[in-house]
Amino acid sequence: MRYLPLTPADRQAMLGTIGAQSIDDLFVDVPESARLSGPIAGLPMHASELAVERHMTALARKNIAAGEAPFFLGAGAYRHHVPASVDHLIQRGEFLTAYTPYQPEIAQGTLQMMFEFQSQIARLLGCDVANASMYDGSTACWEAITMARRVTKRGKAILSGGLHPHYVSVAKTMARFTGDQLVTGVPVLSPEPDTLDLINAIDADTSCVVVQYPDILGRIEDMSALAEACHAKKALLIAVVTEPVALGAIKSPGEMGADIVVGEGQSLGVGLQFGGPYVGLFACSEKLVRQMPGRLCGETVDASGKRGFVLTLSTREQHIRREKATSNICTSSVLCALAMSVHMTLLGEKGLRQLAELNHVGASAAADRLAEVDGVELVTDRFFNEFTLKLSKEARPVVRQLADKGILAGVSLGRLYPGVTELENGLVVAVTETTTEEDVETLASALEEVLA
Amino acid sequence: MSTINQSGWRPTTPQAGESDAATFTGNRALMLEEALIFEIGSADTTGVDFGEAPAGKSRLAGMEREKPIGLPGLSEPETVRHYTRLSRQNYAIDLGLFPLGSCTMKHNPRLNERMARLPGFADIHPLQPVDTVQGALEAIDQLAHWLITLTGMQAVAMSPKAGAHGELCGVLAIRAALDAKGETARRIMLVPESAHGTNPATAAFAGFAVEDIPATPEGRVDVAALKARLGPDIAGVMITNPNTCGLFEPDLKDISDAVHAAGGYVYCDGANFNAIVGRVRPGDLGVDAMHINLHKTFSTPHGGGGPGSGPVVLSAALAPYAPLPFVEKTDEGYRIVEEENAGEHHAGTFGRMTAFHGQMGMFSRALTYILSHGADGLRQVAEDSVLNANYVLRSMEDVLDAPFAKTGPCMHEAIFSDKGLPEGFSTIDIAKGLIDEGYHPMTVYFPLVVHGAMLVEPTETESKAALDEFIGAFRSVASRAKQGEAALKSAPHFAPRRRLDETLAARKPVLTYKDPVPAEAAE
Repeated sequence: MRYLPLTPADRQAMLGTIGAQSIDDLFVDVPESARLSGPIAGLPMHASELAVERHMTALARKNIAAGEAPFFLGAGAYRHHVPASVDHLIQRGEFLTAYTPYQPEIAQGTLQMMFEFQSQIARLLGCDVANASMYDGSTACWEAITMARRVTKRGKAILSGGLHPHYVSVAKTMARFTGDQLVTGVPVLSPEPDTLDLINAIDADTSCVVVQYPDILGRIEDMSALAEACHAKKALLIAVVTEPVALGAIKSPGEMGADIVVGEGQSLGVGLQFGGPYVGLFACSEKLVRQMPGRLCGETVDASGKRGFVLTLSTREQHIRREKATSNICTSSVLCALAMSVHMTLLGEKGLRQLAELNHVGASAAADRLAEVDGVELVTDRFFNEFTLKLSKEARPVVRQLADKGILAGVSLGRLYPGVTELENGLVVAVTETTTEEDVETLASALEEVLA
Repeated sequence: MSTINQSGWRPTTPQAGESDAATFTGNRALMLEEALIFEIGSADTTGVDFGEAPAGKSRLAGMEREKPIGLPGLSEPETVRHYTRLSRQNYAIDLGLFPLGSCTMKHNPRLNERMARLPGFADIHPLQPVDTVQGALEAIDQLAHWLITLTGMQAVAMSPKAGAHGELCGVLAIRAALDAKGETARRIMLVPESAHGTNPATAAFAGFAVEDIPATPEGRVDVAALKARLGPDIAGVMITNPNTCGLFEPDLKDISDAVHAAGGYVYCDGANFNAIVGRVRPGDLGVDAMHINLHKTFSTPHGGGGPGSGPVVLSAALAPYAPLPFVEKTDEGYRIVEEENAGEHHAGTFGRMTAFHGQMGMFSRALTYILSHGADGLRQVAEDSVLNANYVLRSMEDVLDAPFAKTGPCMHEAIFSDKGLPEGFSTIDIAKGLIDEGYHPMTVYFPLVVHGAMLVEPTETESKAALDEFIGAFRSVASRAKQGEAALKSAPHFAPRRRLDETLAARKPVLTYKDPVPAEAAE
């Protein structure tokens, strides 16, 4: 077996050193009734690299990859071009096969990268500080809600109808067990989000208001008034960003007064990967940092006075605080954070702004083109790279029909909100720099046929 | 040009009076210093070429980001060099033996990486129509079948994103099962004091109170104490097997039977599954839920601290409560069971734990690893990992205190204590001494039940020659510590950094880069 270096002679010699007759002597603590006498029956035996590659390739070929079709899906995961050097750098063995930097003297590469990532994310989201990453956007969102509970000592969170329904589902799952009270809703197919309703709902029990920006329908809305309303009632404003590329074009949540900004970093550097692994972003104001979950890297000096970096403020974490920790999180998503960080370094501010502009201009033109199709109405008027169409028919079967024509047309609201009839004709369409004018034309003419 | 680092300061500039700064750059040949991107990049440099954006209608309507963001950019060659130089300041499995106990730092096969990057896995969207992702769902189903079969359990929840997230999944399934039976008085989770810190943190996150169960002097769960605590207020017990002292819990079946008889559930922390894969099925020991760290036993890369992946196998008693979404095989192919169709025959589910389907990128790697090994290879993995650990144990026990060595063999990791070290010397000095010898140290000061614990997990992917060299270094450092060699107290001497001031980092946290104030503005 190519991954196991011990030879039969090695094993014999080592058993001799140990003073054991056979390998079974080392498993004596396993009760006899639980010992398996040989390889588990019914499972295949070891296979060559070539054989495994054939098997996996056959499985992969049964899927339609985004790059093989006109592709318009978003709703929390976005397809962007990832420069070749990103994937090369994250495969450096010293990054790929290192672990959590428990021994900082021989982990400065990971630690400095984490410090740079934290700094990039804080600036991108418009906050004072950011952590070294979470599992993904949805779990980061729930962690933010629990953090608001700890900060405000209140248990009611108000979730905007514009928040990704799967993020709402995650929060509902957890709240059922923690006793947090959640106020939730579904979006309305209109250009205006539910900001006024949210403002009116804030009361003395409210720990936080959670809004997504851009929201699930693609809408972008100034949250300054909402932030003021939260702060007037001593509640926190949590903003959720699922498309960080947008922040190269539109105001950051931090500069509009959000106290905690969380997000999904997948769209920079990470790729679609059928939903994971992704990279959760978590940023907040300086004064809240000790209530923050997750790994944090900080600057310090070594014994000879050189600048260096260490994991810090670990008294918040489970390995020190056990049941009193801010979260049970142990690892973060460092390799995905590295991918995102490298991509952001390659872009720089100039590149990020150019990328965002390309996305926006392309999406805007696509929206105009698609709105020309009979039976298509553009719902959103202010958006970044994703917008919502109202079709003359239920959108979910339309998406399926278009898939049969080799077009991945977008995410139907029927998929996201099954059973909500007011939303069933809604189709969320994302356009990025990877989308060509031909793709848009193909979609437009296919929609023309399907809706006729 | 808008330079972000207006001071031009470089961390590599030799400090006045610094005794070992004998070079102009601060570099030591192949040991290269590297500044922060904020010190070398600028806001108007980019390593990505875009065509000019066509003129078009803006729909941002007053939401434009006008203030500078402050993100430095580098050209591609500078970017590649920056991160390559940083990478060389890391220790990694690819460089040498990485005996970090409980972390299973085994070789990461590169075929896994290649397979995970096939466009059919890497470039598919989680919300694509189900008939366009049948191969991905089939891959998930195949991995699920392996995990269920290897553990002898009933079902598996694939979506948890990491080990601790898997723990949460298992504990929530227990909570949901109790709630479904109206057993709301069962709100205490028993956790052995040797447990990993995530266990009590997870139980608390799921709304349980935590009570410790003591360990015996032999390093195992005190079965009598555990049984004595069982009763109508106990939700269950979280047990790590093999445990964090590197020992098999021989009474787990007995414990499970007692917990079940008392109305509770058994959660098994599967962090150490590598020791028993293919030799023992946890399902045969009465376990109700166990997470499997794909990044440990099944070799997906640790990546400097994630992403992990933590599928949870479940017993028949807990399977009805498994989270959404999951993959189901039907006559018409594979489908995804989620909120809209769960009601058909999965109404007990406790809900969704994460936005999408889990760590597909890790599933493809783990499946590749499993198919490469097969049932025979996986069994050999367990045997070789246990053999390697026992070889280290017996090669070290005359120089270091091995508190449980007399009671029998260890599993995949060997534990030592700081007993017998002279006044002023501790585990950390041995750890830092090993760094100078070119090794990543073992896990230190964990588990808490062993004083100054050193937990060594060599894994099965080390050759005998590699082990012999490590043992030689480990013996040398341990002997020097026992002799009170002063130089060890200031080790490491040859790493990119000396010991770092963690107290300063925590007292005055600097968590992000701050632009220096330009000199003229400061005046």
